[in-house]
Amino acid sequence: MPSAAAELNAMNAPKDAVLEHADPMVIAGRAYRSRLLIGTGKYRDFAQTRAAIDASGAQIVTVAIRRTNIGQNPGEPSLLDHVPASEFTLLPNTAGCYSAEDAVRTLKLARELLDGHALVKLEVLGDPHTLFPNVRETLRAAEILVKDGFQVMVYTSDDPIAARELEAIGCVAVMPLASLIGSGMGILNPWNLKLIVDEANVPVLVDAGVGTASDAAVAMELGCAGVLMNTAIALAQDPVLMAGAMKKAIEAGREAFRAGRMPRKLYAASPSSPSSGLIGR
Amino acid sequence: MLSIVVNGSARNCGDGATVADLIRDLALEGKRIAVERNGEIVPRSRHGDTPLASGDRIEVVRAVGGG
Repeated sequence: MPSAAAELNAMNAPKDAVLEHADPMVIAGRAYRSRLLIGTGKYRDFAQTRAAIDASGAQIVTVAIRRTNIGQNPGEPSLLDHVPASEFTLLPNTAGCYSAEDAVRTLKLARELLDGHALVKLEVLGDPHTLFPNVRETLRAAEILVKDGFQVMVYTSDDPIAARELEAIGCVAVMPLASLIGSGMGILNPWNLKLIVDEANVPVLVDAGVGTASDAAVAMELGCAGVLMNTAIALAQDPVLMAGAMKKAIEAGREAFRAGRMPRKLYAASPSSPSSGLIGR
Repeated sequence: MLSIVVNGSARNCGDGATVADLIRDLALEGKRIAVERNGEIVPRSRHGDTPLASGDRIEVVRAVGGG
């Protein structure tokens, strides 16, 4: 007769393994174990970038497309040596683009760079001060890209109508901001996010604005499929520790969402311990 | 001699030079890059048979850290 502990372990091992894969995030037909997507900007160096990605458990990692430095350090290290496409789903972005044309051009270069890779993050900015998205240009770029065979995950404002239109165009995920890019201000309008999540038939991911782990948990509790972040990890005092915190927050928030929270009851206080059998009565 | 613009900077190339020759001159051979010539992608498989012409505007890009 095996010990109770051994029996429990034997029961738990396969069950945990099943649980780990029971609730994948599916984007463009591909299942991902991790619901945390992270950016690769603003880290001290590539070693720290990689350590943070590993601690976060992220499988989808964003990269930017920029001109090569002509004539400078031909041997300089490359991001893709540390974050190779063989290990991660690279998600090229259009950060810094202010027109549909520039965004489309950037992603065509990205597709060539990454050997025909179709999954991309579209963002078209409207203002250098706030980095707020230009929704009109975003819609225009999304139409061109979807027609051209790209699988478009799209950064947008937390506007349910814009989200609906982007989904109708054929974007594979809609990614509203929680607050301004790089601001760390958290989720400023949870009810708009909830409206978007409730209506969408594609995954909705919060992209931008998360400042700390509780923000990520709230996004997941609202029913978001995932969260994309960069600055909240990269500019933490200890980025690698924060990456691990974000991983746990995303998992906890997702489980809380699936579990279904108790209703809020402002006045109907209900003790958790029995009301009868109190001593001295 | 051909006068072209690479990533916004003027540059000269020998007559008959191809995109592959330019990549070699820039010491970017074998690197993870993508090339655009006058707004059109030049696929890696065509670098060797895509000639450069005076006035060409070439962009050479790579992946960098970003969110």
